[in-house]
Amino acid sequence: MTANNTIITDFLMNEMHLTADLAFWVEIVVVAAVYLGVFAVLGLFLVWMERRVAAFFQLRLGPNRRGPAGIFQTVADALKLVSKELTGTEKRDRFLYTIAPYFVIVTALMALAVLPFSYELQAFDINLGVFFITSVSSVAVIGIFLAGWASNNKFSLIGGMRSGIQMISYELSTGMVIVAMAVLTGTLQLSEIVGYQQEHGWLILSGHIPAIIGFMIFMIAGTAESNRTPFDLVEAESELGSGYHSEYSGMNFAYYFLAEFVNMFIISAMAVILFFGAWLSPFGITDGIPYVGVIWFVIKTLGIVFVMMWFRWTFPRFRIDQLLTLEWKYLIPISMVNIVLMAIVVWLGLTF
Amino acid sequence: MSYFGDIANATKTLLTGMKVTGKYFFVNFFTRKDVITVEYPDNIDTLKMFDRFRGEVVMYHDENNQHRCDACTMCELACPNGSIEIVWDKAINEETGKPKKFLEKHIYHLEMCTMCGLCIEACPADAIQWGQNFHHSTRDRASLTKVLNQPGSSFIPGYKNPKK
Repeated sequence: MTANNTIITDFLMNEMHLTADLAFWVEIVVVAAVYLGVFAVLGLFLVWMERRVAAFFQLRLGPNRRGPAGIFQTVADALKLVSKELTGTEKRDRFLYTIAPYFVIVTALMALAVLPFSYELQAFDINLGVFFITSVSSVAVIGIFLAGWASNNKFSLIGGMRSGIQMISYELSTGMVIVAMAVLTGTLQLSEIVGYQQEHGWLILSGHIPAIIGFMIFMIAGTAESNRTPFDLVEAESELGSGYHSEYSGMNFAYYFLAEFVNMFIISAMAVILFFGAWLSPFGITDGIPYVGVIWFVIKTLGIVFVMMWFRWTFPRFRIDQLLTLEWKYLIPISMVNIVLMAIVVWLGLTF
Repeated sequence: MSYFGDIANATKTLLTGMKVTGKYFFVNFFTRKDVITVEYPDNIDTLKMFDRFRGEVVMYHDENNQHRCDACTMCELACPNGSIEIVWDKAINEETGKPKKFLEKHIYHLEMCTMCGLCIEACPADAIQWGQNFHHSTRDRASLTKVLNQPGSSFIPGYKNPKK
């Protein structure tokens, strides 16, 4: 099927004696299974990390009983959620209600697939990589919106409407930051963006002032896009119960919960790819060794995830009008100017 | 404030907030210095409840196994839900030759007690006090009915709480 065979297809064709077509499909299934596993493990790990980090911010200890430092606590929580009854409102739209969580998971998984974990480890290196991630993650809004609508609950509907307002408007500024970075690198393909950084240094240094402005905007808008606390109007425990997933229970609820954390990981991974050199090591100390890049990628991404958790446990929540004021009056104009600034910087050759 | 002044001020104040919370995080992450969580079953040997904690009603006994209760039944009368029963009898006092009440059993029903403290306020001699034990869980309800005066204890007269 494809011109350049991967390790898995080579193995299947040479050792298992499968035909090329069959090897291709088997490979797809294997990779999909691996990414599903990564999704689950990542979600559970991030929930645990969130709880531990939150605990230390609040002078507590957090879960520390099950396994080393309580790392299996979230596994136990997930098992409990699996065993729980799936409830729902009586007059819900059954089809949409059932299908809504899968929009969120599938989009998170699709975005996960294009991330370059290392030079060798990237499931799907599409030449529109960055664009693919932004477009796919905007589909996740549909899942949240459908959940709010199909639950037949006023609070859920308000939560769904807010998610539409919030996620779509904040995607504009993330998109513009990405455009600015694309102006600098001259490509949208994720592996080539990393390649550019291998030559010129991390983009936050290479692009200096506009890149730093872009990074700040990206962090704010990314926090808003993953519906985390300074911007958690979609869930809003104090106002809406728990917003769009009020009527979801058991595993359906867990899907939303995990997808929220995996989305946070994806946003952080995007920040790492666009500003901090993805899997590149500092000063290129381990760049020649295969697969070591994964460690650097995960370390950097968890660093950004930690900063987002830091935001969550520091900043007070927004009101909905403040949320929109911040986006439309501040972030979008600044990110537009930032594109122009970046273009001028690149035009005059002021990059490092 | 101006548009750009707002942005600068917002950045500055947000960073100030992050500095404060970040200090808490890193100090506690590396040293656990300010952590206020009490890990209950692990510290069971060193755990000491504070004096004002209302765990159960206990009767004060001194080193000679003597208590101060002269069976006046003030606590029994003060208790709003009948958690206290006092079994008393009369005996001839050897010094005066007159019959006098003495305590046989001070029966305390922990399962009915609401820890309101009215009995302890009512006691004129501070014979009953708050105990700090809270490990009350049991498989048998009968074990919650306690006799507060220890077996073989005797009455020590003469103590009056000066505040009452």
